[in-house]
Parts: sequence; C-alpha cells; structure tokens
Amino acid sequence: MKPLEAIRIAWEAILKNKVRSLLTMLGIIIGVAAVIIMVAISAGTEATIQDQITSLGSNLVFVQGAMTRGGPGQAPTGGLVYDDAAAIQDGVSGVKAVVVEQNSSETIKAGDVTLEDVEILGTTTGFPSVRDMDIAEGRYFTDQEIERKTKVAILGYDVAQELFGDASPIGEYIKVGNTQIAIIGVFKEKGLVGNTDFDSRIYMPISVVFQKFTPSMFARFMGDSVRMIYVEVEDGVNQDTVIAGIERLLVKRHDVTTDTEDFTITTQQDIISTRESTTAAFRSLLAWVAGVSLIVGGIGIMNIMLVSVTERTREIGIRQAVGATPADIRLQFLTEALMLSVVGGLIGTLVGISGAYIFGALSDMRTVIQASSILLAFGSAAAVGAFFGYYPANQAAQLDPIEALRYE
Amino acid sequence: MSATIIETVDITKIYGMGDISVAALNGINLKIEAGEFVAIMGPSGSGKSTLMHILGCLSQPTSGQYILDGEDVSHLDKAQLAAVRNRKIGFIFQAYNLLARTSALRNVTLPLLYNHADAKLSVEDGDQKARAMLELVGLGERVNHQPHELSGGQQQRVAIARALINDPVMVIADEPTGNLDSRSGEEIMNLLHKLHSQGTTIVMVTHDPKIAAHTQRTVILKDGVIDVINHNGNHHPTLEVQHEAA
Ligand SMILES: Nc1ncnc2c1ncn2[C@@H]1O[C@H](COP(=O)(O)OP(=O)(O)O)[C@@H](O)[C@H]1O
Ligand SMILES: [Mg+2]
Repeated sequence: MKPLEAIRIAWEAILKNKVRSLLTMLGIIIGVAAVIIMVAISAGTEATIQDQITSLGSNLVFVQGAMTRGGPGQAPTGGLVYDDAAAIQDGVSGVKAVVVEQNSSETIKAGDVTLEDVEILGTTTGFPSVRDMDIAEGRYFTDQEIERKTKVAILGYDVAQELFGDASPIGEYIKVGNTQIAIIGVFKEKGLVGNTDFDSRIYMPISVVFQKFTPSMFARFMGDSVRMIYVEVEDGVNQDTVIAGIERLLVKRHDVTTDTEDFTITTQQDIISTRESTTAAFRSLLAWVAGVSLIVGGIGIMNIMLVSVTERTREIGIRQAVGATPADIRLQFLTEALMLSVVGGLIGTLVGISGAYIFGALSDMRTVIQASSILLAFGSAAAVGAFFGYYPANQAAQLDPIEALRYE
Repeated sequence: MSATIIETVDITKIYGMGDISVAALNGINLKIEAGEFVAIMGPSGSGKSTLMHILGCLSQPTSGQYILDGEDVSHLDKAQLAAVRNRKIGFIFQAYNLLARTSALRNVTLPLLYNHADAKLSVEDGDQKARAMLELVGLGERVNHQPHELSGGQQQRVAIARALINDPVMVIADEPTGNLDSRSGEEIMNLLHKLHSQGTTIVMVTHDPKIAAHTQRTVILKDGVIDVINHNGNHHPTLEVQHEAA
C-alpha cells in the first residue's frame, strides 16, 4: 500500500467517527496547548527579567551590611555605616557613583488622606541616575539639603496619586510620623522591579531619615548604620577589580578579617542569575506537567485505537482476504494513530497560541510565544502518536484472517 | 490446452493439540483444472470451509502440499500468502463482506490497493477497470452506492466484481447464495455461470444439490476426507481426478 493511500484511508476513518476522533485527540490537544502556553508564560517572565537587566544596568555592585554578634572579646558590629559610602567613593578606583539607602516606614498624612506603613527611603543624590529613576515633576534634592538635613521629599508615583490625585503636590506639606515634610518632586512611574515597588515609596535625604526615623543609640560612636550601599562601576572597568577594592577597604575600616566580614558584596548579575535559575526550575516543572498530559493523551489514543481495532476486526479480515499483508494493516492503523495525534497537535497549537495571547492580554503576566515550544509540542505529539499507536497497529496486523472474517 | 490450477497432496488440517485436537481435514488429494467449475458439498462440520480456507491461502495445511497455479504455497509466510491471495484468488463469501460506508467502486478497487505486483495500475486505470467490472455484474448504474443502499443480491455482485478485479486464476465462493432469496440466488448463479463460460475457474461450496448439479463436478466431503466425486455430465476435456479415501 502506498503511504498516500494509507493517509487517505486514515483520514476517512477519522472523519467517519468525528466525535470520537475529537475526544481521542483531547488529551493531545490539552497537552500541546499546555506546553505552548506554559513556555510562553515562562518566556514572558524571562523577558521581563531581561528588561530589568537593561533598565538597571549590569554595572551595579551591592554592598550589604551583615550584623555580626561578635565573638569573645569582640564588640558587636552593625555592618555598614554612612561614612563607608564616602570612603568607597574616594578610596576605590573605578567607582562612578555611590548611593546609600536607609529605609524605614511611617504613617503619612496629607489633608484628610492617611496612608499607613509607607516605606521611606533615605538616600543620596546619586540615586536617580544609579537606579534609573526620572523626575516627572519638580526636582530631586541636593547634597546641600542632605548636609543641612532639610525636610523635603520626592513622592513615588502611586503615593502621589493616592495623596493628591491629579493635583500637583509640589509645594504641599505632608506629615510623616510627626514630622512636617515639604514635597519638592514626584518620580515618573517605574513599576515593580524584582520585589521592589519603586512607586509606593517616598524618598528623602538620608540624613533626615537618620535623624527623624531611625535614630540609633550607637550612632554617636559608630556612625549612622546603613542597610545597603550601591556602587556604580565605571564603564569599561572590571567589576571584580572594584569588588576586590571595596572588600580590601571595608575590611580595613571595620577592623575585621576576610573570615569575619560584616558585609557582603553581590552584583546585579548575581541577583539576576538566581532569578533566572528560579524561572528555569519553574519552566522545567511546567514542562513535566505538560509532558505528563501528553503521555496521558497518548494513552487515550492507544485506548481508542485498541477499541477501534476490535470494532473493525471484520474490516481487517476483509482487507487481509483481498491481499493486505500484516505490514499493510500495521501501516494503516499506525497512520491513523499518527494522524489523530498530528491533527490533535495542530488543534492544540491553535488553542495554545490563542490561549497564550488571551492569557497575556487578560492577566498581569507577560507571555512570549516561542516557535521552539510549538515544534517541541508538535514533535512530541507525533512521537506519542507513533509510540502509543504501534501496539494497537501491531495487534491489528497479527489478526488471523479467518478469525477476523468470522468476527461479528 | 488447459493447466492445473489446484493440486493438493495429502492435505491435513488439525485444530488444537493433544487430546482435544480435531482433524478438520484428513488427507485431501484434489486436482482442479483451469476453467473448471467445481462444487463442494458435505454435511455440516465435514471440513468444507476449512478446505476452502486452505485453497484460498487464508490458512496453511498442517501437513501435505498445496500447489496453486504451479507454485508450491504450502510453506509461505503470512505476507507471501497475502500476496498470493491478492494476485491469484478472488473470494466470494456468504456474508458478502463488503466494507461498510464505502462505495461500490471503492469496494471493488480495494484489492488494487494491496497489489504489489510490478505492473501497477494507475488510480485512474484502476477506477476504470472497476467500473468495467461493475458493468459486467450489472451494477454500472450503482457505482457510488454504499452497501446499505444495495440489496443482498446487488451486494453479492459487488463482491464478485471485487473478486475479479486483479484477474485471479480462480474464484473461491463459500455458499455465495446462502444469504439470498431464491430469485437473487438464481441471478448470482447465472452470473457465475456466465463468468465460467468466459473461462473463469470457480470452486464453490453449496448446500443446494440443484445448484451443484449445474457445475461440472461435485466433490462431497465427509469427516475431513473426500467421500465421493460426482461428474455432473458437463464434461471437461482434461479432467483428471485423484481420489483417495482415508
Ligand atoms: N478454528 C477452529 N478451531 C477448532 N476447530 C475448528 C476450527 N474451525 C473448524 N473446526 C472444526 O473442524 C471441523 C470442520 O469445520 P468446517 O471446515 O467449518 O466444516 P464445514 O464448513 O463443512 O461445516 C469441525 O469439526 C469444526 O468444529
Ligand atoms: Mg462452513
């Protein structure tokens, strides 16, 4: 039998039982659609991360304070202090800018509106450029204002919306805790980057935060402690050289050894890598789920093909009587199983592509349809069809013609 | 000049094993010449169907030799037997055995699908030949009818057209009129006689002595052996029969 004939016969057999064929294909349809949608979701997530890399630049080094309890004969240390930032700026070469952050949270009032637990980020003048934040209205604070501890603030986009709506907040006063603060600017909308929501915070000179919101009794001897120092590395300078420089400097300043360091240094790249490996794990989980549903779909095909072979025993006998060899019969049923899975794969691809579009449009998550996922899903569907179609096809091929003709 | 189409030598067919084994055929020696019309009769269980299955290459004898059209087919494998059936044998069954929901034309072209012989017909030529066959059996107007749209007699005629499509060396018919009323049965017999007069070799199982009487020879089986062979007066020039009762 010519392959083309086998395809025609298989197609006719599928059309003769439309409803059952569709039900048989359901598992494959769901499996293929699941692969495409899930890969599209995880590819969307990865694309979002990729955007963050571009938006943040990969030339950031994070120096984070780590509290140590101190050992025998050693005082507890509080990690980083404010002056460390200036020391890094002046003492390490290849550093473009240094930004310090210290955060707290307070209740904010403006007129009748009260917001509980708003994050207050005390920082320095380098912040907008290092974290890639643009002023929408008004201005950022100056070094002078940090030095003089001037009580001014820049609002994140969401905070400004909630407190003032569409009215301009510039020149207005808000109450942060018990302190009256003048608003001098509003940032443009930035959105969520990683886990940080840049729009629902307010930004102040770090000196004001030290003084008013995180007073420490150690500050007098140890200096004001800070959570994080951001170091922007100059373009073209090796990040590792700068990291080594920072480490050497801080070890000396804090009077610790490399084993008892009270700080950790990570890079933007480290954080992104962690995140990527998380999404990779997520994706392989999804791939497993989708793979299992493909196998279930394949078992469905095998099941129906076995029923079909039994039901069509007489037909098989007739074909054998007029000269069909075992190979002809095998080819016929294998083609039918393959066609069920390939047509199921096609329908699943359509469902998957439209599903991914709809999901991307209706939810916050981004979806990116991957051509490779379509090929993969389609290929596995065909492989599943061939694999699970072989056994029933072989059963059919081995039927005895006389028994088959006698079958009622 | 005529050739031997069928020659069997001591054919046996034993079903089952050991104590429960049944010898359905117990040493059949039969020779059938080209152009003969032979009827096979015998009581139920005497081995008629079993013999037809072996003669039709649907099964293998347990022992003995079967030479079909000059070729020893006793030891062919399944695929080789299928090829022999396709090229050399046309089947007519009691139950017609047409493919359901398939047109008369596609039923008749079915054997062409499995024709692995070198000189293959194109699809167009095959269709044309099938139409000619349907014309021959009187169904030229019903080419696109499906079996359920045809009467029993018409279905059996489609089956006859299918049996002839590959120009077989013989036609094997197992009670071809068994499911038909007498009028349709008569039509089918007339058709078979017409084919015979055109040179087709036919071996047919029947229960009806009147039908058998119109053939050239009647082979009567009993308990798996040939009991009697009756010559029905329709003499065949080179008739030559070996007959051995076990
Ligand atoms: N597949 C089989 N398995 C076991 N016994 C069988 C089988 N086919 C036929 N027989 C036995 O062989 C004998 C001959 O059967 P069969 O050729 O069908 O006779 P007939 O067609 O003359 O009625 C019977 O005894 C029957 O029971
Ligand atoms: Mg019988």
